[in-house]
Amino acid sequence: MKRFARLFETIDQSTKTTAKVAALTEYFSDADPVDKLWTVALFSGRRPKRAVTTTRLREWAAEVSGIPLWLFEDSYAIVGDLAETIALTLPLNESQKDQTLSYWINALRALSQVTDEVKKTFVLDAWTTLGGTERFLFNKLITGGFRVGVSQKLMTRALSNATGKPEAELAHRLMGNWHPDDTTWHSLIEAEDASTDASRPYPFYLAHPLEDGPTMLGDPQDWRAEWKWDGIRGQLILRDGAHFVWSRGEELMTDRFPELARAIDHFPPGTVLDGELLVWHPDADKPANFNALQTRIGRKKVPKKLLAEAPVVIHAYDLLEWQGNDIRNLPFSERRALLESACAGLPATAPVKLSPQHTFDTWDTLGDLRATARAEHTEGLMIKRADSPYLSGRKKGDWWKWKLDPLTIDAVMIYAQAGSGRRANLFTDFTFAVWNGNDLVPFTKAYSGLTDAEFRKITAWVRKNTLQRFGPVRQVTPYHVFEIAFEGIQASSRHKSGVALRFPRMKRWRADKPLQEANTLDDLNEMLRIYG
Amino acid sequence: MSPDPVLTFTEKGIYCPAGDFYIDPWRPVDRALITHAHSDHARWGMGSYLATHDTLPVMRHRLGQITAEGVAYGEARQIGGAKVSFHPAGHVPGSAQIRVEVAGEVFVASGDYKVVNDGLSTPFEPIRCHHFITESTFGLPVFRWSDQNTVAAELNAWWAQCAAAGKTAFLGAYALGKAQRLMSMLDPNIGPILTHTAVENTNTVLRAQGIKLADTILADASLNPKDHPGALVIAPPSALGSAWAKKFGAQETGFASGWMALRGVRRRRAGDRGFVISDHADWQGLLWAIRKTEAENIYVTHGYTDIFTRYLNDSGWNAQVVPTQFEGENLDAEEPA
Repeated sequence: MKRFARLFETIDQSTKTTAKVAALTEYFSDADPVDKLWTVALFSGRRPKRAVTTTRLREWAAEVSGIPLWLFEDSYAIVGDLAETIALTLPLNESQKDQTLSYWINALRALSQVTDEVKKTFVLDAWTTLGGTERFLFNKLITGGFRVGVSQKLMTRALSNATGKPEAELAHRLMGNWHPDDTTWHSLIEAEDASTDASRPYPFYLAHPLEDGPTMLGDPQDWRAEWKWDGIRGQLILRDGAHFVWSRGEELMTDRFPELARAIDHFPPGTVLDGELLVWHPDADKPANFNALQTRIGRKKVPKKLLAEAPVVIHAYDLLEWQGNDIRNLPFSERRALLESACAGLPATAPVKLSPQHTFDTWDTLGDLRATARAEHTEGLMIKRADSPYLSGRKKGDWWKWKLDPLTIDAVMIYAQAGSGRRANLFTDFTFAVWNGNDLVPFTKAYSGLTDAEFRKITAWVRKNTLQRFGPVRQVTPYHVFEIAFEGIQASSRHKSGVALRFPRMKRWRADKPLQEANTLDDLNEMLRIYG
Repeated sequence: MSPDPVLTFTEKGIYCPAGDFYIDPWRPVDRALITHAHSDHARWGMGSYLATHDTLPVMRHRLGQITAEGVAYGEARQIGGAKVSFHPAGHVPGSAQIRVEVAGEVFVASGDYKVVNDGLSTPFEPIRCHHFITESTFGLPVFRWSDQNTVAAELNAWWAQCAAAGKTAFLGAYALGKAQRLMSMLDPNIGPILTHTAVENTNTVLRAQGIKLADTILADASLNPKDHPGALVIAPPSALGSAWAKKFGAQETGFASGWMALRGVRRRRAGDRGFVISDHADWQGLLWAIRKTEAENIYVTHGYTDIFTRYLNDSGWNAQVVPTQFEGENLDAEEPA
């Protein structure tokens, strides 16, 4: 595993894209083919089936390290990564031997059928022989989740350098349902005729935020506009009499949304739709809010009652494949025309709806429309260039999201907690309160939105202004006011304040604002009345 | 009525009623005993200062006009009803643990310390006591330092690689202690060592008091980087990436800190490379030091205080957290501590 460890270290230590791509290119050119295949799999989120539970790993690690389990757990909470915590806590390795990456993967997979005692012997032995980065990577093979700072885009670029194949083709080859067990380096990457897997999705095209409004886009005639729906981006694939639903994170969600199976009745085979999954009741004129969809996310098996309460449809806004042909290179306006004719005459009960386009002559007209987005339960507008092909990834220029400005409220920081992982030695997790008479009522937490420099500054302040400690949480002197931005507000009986916010974050540190001028609980309730 | 404890923990700092003095106070007091010259321990505004002979010059350099007196390691002083002596803490040159004895009861306030010999500071000496005041900056079992030669090899390999690629190597480090320790680890055959003004000022003070340091070149505004190919520059973290640093053209930045042991922090903060090296004790170092004091009562001042204290109590010590304003190794300090 030394070769793989060296690759990992180079990528992990560097902040420079060119250095990462160069290291990957070298690896893809000369490493063992089975190791290469596994490397692509690991870096794109695929991993061997977990052979050992993390509970056992923690117990064994604490035992071997000679520390109580609580101390191991507390350390893990600060380090933020189980594989790393184990690697750091264990005694130094006693011997060394070098085996390939695939040797370790296969050895781990062979463990799935054996008793805990046999597993333990194997894992402890591996911990004794592997040191440093290799030990960390071995643990990662068990626990999963390689976050190495290599995007799919960089990996595809390196693969392209190493093989001479175009990036777009490689991006498509790497999509979907493949697994190192069922394919080879040759057939996945090199073979002329990429194996045709009916479920394979296309890489998603992602929009860029439009920070300064649309006037810079030029002539409105060249653009098309739609709502930006507040749901789950999805690709619905209808091929060979079967259907597949993919998330943007390349997760197969087919079983979670059984109602989409009926789409087969309405479209010919060889159809791929890009759209947004939304909870939409058959008689409603707009989607239910995101909370309704939340009840469906993560439910692998959906009870009948929930299917009736929160029925999901896909709002289609693009057509990527039609009659078995990849049409991503057609201009958006032509794909859209095909999509409209394909959706013509869909009954109201169909699980697919056409996402309407808005007509507009001027950017001002569109701006007026955007102002109504919140009432329509949308996040704003999508603006797409009429003659653009369907690209992959986040390429700037053709697709723009013109989101609503978030709701904001000025709040007082009252508790602070240190972060973990990247932010292990900074206070980054804060609780905020609004005034209710002379009391401060906590209503939300927020973790993001400040710059590193600001987090450092507030960390120094928290250290000096702690009133009380509750374990890792510090109550601080009410002093600093922050502008909290959020996307939505809901009544909530679980919160003391009676409200729950959607995606709260710190928009600005209001150093200019005295404590007394923070907002009040009445202000929050008024927002709940208007937007809840 | 029981007599006053030898040391108490007050709003102003660690106080000795019998001698009417404070140790490393964070608010102005009449009489302060100072463990070492880092700015969270040696603060401005005290009526008088007492510190080791090797701590005084840097402290004077940093605090300006102060009334201060020096003391040798191991030299006993009677202050009021308290017998006081300073003993090596191994943290930075001149750093001390302060031993305070009243009526046979002994406290040791250790300030910041590390238990390995860095070749620069007088090495840590465990002092037997009844009550030991300890830091816990790296008081988690995940912190385990490699031996200094191993890190030196990594450091020099990186520097040589930068030099070969025509890049200047920038190393972020505290101006007092860490900077000089790194200088001692660097291989002068690779290239010249340049220093930021803040580091060189401290170097000058230390050299003047007879501490032998590697040769360095001050990298101030008048220096032309082109005259020093293959150089390594030591600078406070805040100077990395500044306009001054950009003058050096193609460069890589490294960061030397105990925090670099954590991958997350390394990725957030290290620039191109992180080197795990600290002037604080690691987990085993803390426990070793505590065992060696034979103290039964442990007061934990800064760092992972809650976790470390719980572990000590579970292991048979009588430990408690005492809140202080010491910062330990503060990776994110805006100014070199």
